[in-house]
Amino acid sequence: MKNLWQTTLAAVLLCASVSWASAAEPIKIGSVLTVTGPASFLGDPELKTLQMYVEDLNAKGGVKGRKLELIHYDTGGNAKDAVNFVKRLIKNDNVDLIVGGTTTGDTLAVIPDVEKEGIPFISLAGAVEIIEPVKKWVFKTPHTDRMAVAKIYEDLRKRGLTKVAIITGDGGFDKSGREQLLKLAPQYGVTLVADESYGNKDTDMTAQLTKIRSSDAQAIINFGLGQAPAIVTKNIKQLGITLPLYQSHGVASKTFIDLAGDAAEGVRLPAAALVVAEQLPDADPQKPVLLAYKNKYEAKHGPVSTFGGHAYDGLMIAVAAIQRAGGTDKAKVRDEIEKTQGFIGTGGVFNMTPQDHMGLTVDAFKLVEIRNGSWKIVQ
Amino acid sequence: MLEQFLQFLVTGVTVGSLYALVGLGFALIYNASDVVNFAQGEFVMLGAMTAIALLGAGLPLPLAAIAATLAAILVGLLLERFAIEPAQGASVVTTIIITIGAAIFLRGVALLLWGKDFHALPSFSGDAPIRLGGATVLPQSLWVLGVTVLLVGLVRAFFNRTLLGKALLACSFNRAAAQLVGINVRVMLRLAYGLSAGLGAIAGILIAPITFSSYEAGVMLGLKGFSAAIVGGIGNPMGAVAGGVLLGLLEALGAGLISSGYKDAIAFLFVLMVLFFEPTGLFGHKAAERV
Repeated sequence: MKNLWQTTLAAVLLCASVSWASAAEPIKIGSVLTVTGPASFLGDPELKTLQMYVEDLNAKGGVKGRKLELIHYDTGGNAKDAVNFVKRLIKNDNVDLIVGGTTTGDTLAVIPDVEKEGIPFISLAGAVEIIEPVKKWVFKTPHTDRMAVAKIYEDLRKRGLTKVAIITGDGGFDKSGREQLLKLAPQYGVTLVADESYGNKDTDMTAQLTKIRSSDAQAIINFGLGQAPAIVTKNIKQLGITLPLYQSHGVASKTFIDLAGDAAEGVRLPAAALVVAEQLPDADPQKPVLLAYKNKYEAKHGPVSTFGGHAYDGLMIAVAAIQRAGGTDKAKVRDEIEKTQGFIGTGGVFNMTPQDHMGLTVDAFKLVEIRNGSWKIVQ
Repeated sequence: MLEQFLQFLVTGVTVGSLYALVGLGFALIYNASDVVNFAQGEFVMLGAMTAIALLGAGLPLPLAAIAATLAAILVGLLLERFAIEPAQGASVVTTIIITIGAAIFLRGVALLLWGKDFHALPSFSGDAPIRLGGATVLPQSLWVLGVTVLLVGLVRAFFNRTLLGKALLACSFNRAAAQLVGINVRVMLRLAYGLSAGLGAIAGILIAPITFSSYEAGVMLGLKGFSAAIVGGIGNPMGAVAGGVLLGLLEALGAGLISSGYKDAIAFLFVLMVLFFEPTGLFGHKAAERV
């Protein structure tokens, strides 16, 4: 009997010491994403990207000798769920930081909790309101719609066009884009001569475009997502309107070209460099990063999208900050994220400051034109 | 100005014929069982998506269209056999709820099969716009218009001229009496689901080059088609066409002459007014109280 006790004790001790040695606490990365629902085309590649790179980093031995653990919840695009999941991530899962918030709605809803609990939060949503005014714990990686509008207006100025008609959908992205179009117009000397809208599921926009045709617009700007911009593009061709057409970064995917077909020829839009990675000059510091991400993603999941790239940027900025902070102390990691300088991501070169929690400039967008069914950088 | 107005009219009629084509599909099942089939939009989507998939697999367009229509008919039959028939004897409302469930299911299957992306079908006869005075119209819209007219004629003739159509109508008027005079109600129901799935699929295939398609395209099309059908008087094929064209015209004129922000509000206000003053629709027959 005594012998048995001894053996048991020895075994228990042995187990304990083994687990002591191998289990340095994993670094817990929390994430709330919209993997299902209408914004799933954003959240789906984001989740795939996070999973892929967490796996990849762990295979290389983790960060500072600690494995990464990804804990994610799907909000389905419901801001209320996002809030609950973020609370759960902070209180029950004890995550060290949060990367996520696919949509602007989700992100804005969770900010009060993130700020109250004091946890580094890197959002993957677009709107400029997320980082303006600056919130202590909140950062973001995607370009803002204001940058997209600025890029379009810059090009209009170069071409000497000042009278512009805008046509936008009724979604959040569209409306926020329209706001920026209205707001930035005076700065660039642009006069908006027509301001039309449509429902995102409408099947025909010729009525609105007929009105635009009868105005004295010199160019048309369309801000929208999904199939509607493709229908607008086709309708413009159908009506024989020959004005230059600008689309937003929301349609910077191959799907748009496929849907709009020949009508897409000559359409210009601001797009993240990922879309035109192969065409960048070899000297461009972003090129290797973009190609590496693109090849890795496409090898596993099919055509790459810029949205997954935002998740890559968010995760890598977080990992770099943890490395510099030498651990997962939340305040230190936050400070290090804010000190991110010259980080080359898929979205551009990030230079964050205490005043700028995104760190991208308008140059992060490339103005592209659709020619022969593919993207060409406009010089 | 006149030129603009002409374009609004043309736009209204082409959009309206699209709604009418979808609305037509509601008539068959409604006529057979008094049930509004909320999976009708999904039949439209299935037709379009299957045709796109088959075309992608290398089938020529006409063959892909026929095969897609047949596939949708099969889905319609399966739906009737495995979802509607087991609930035989259930109230109309219960059956309608079942069709909503079926719609969600079909959307889910389409999502798994074809993903979340939008897909397009090439236009049947090119994309070069045709000029009508100062207005322009796409050849595909003429296809939609033409086939709508053809199908309306066929559906009308089916209900008014053929024994089968009359038997189908009898099932909705009085199921028990229909059975007593020797009509096989079960077969009639299957026929109704199969045919309306086929109608939906044809609508979907014709519309896909204009509106594109995705797994959830059926939701909006089904809703607009349903609105068209109730405005015109559900169950009446001519009513669906009139309702669809009216709705399309209202949307186009509303967007063109008043404000594009209010065009849906204008159309819905009209639908509400019709239902308020003419609950059976503009061309619906007054419902007789059954005792």
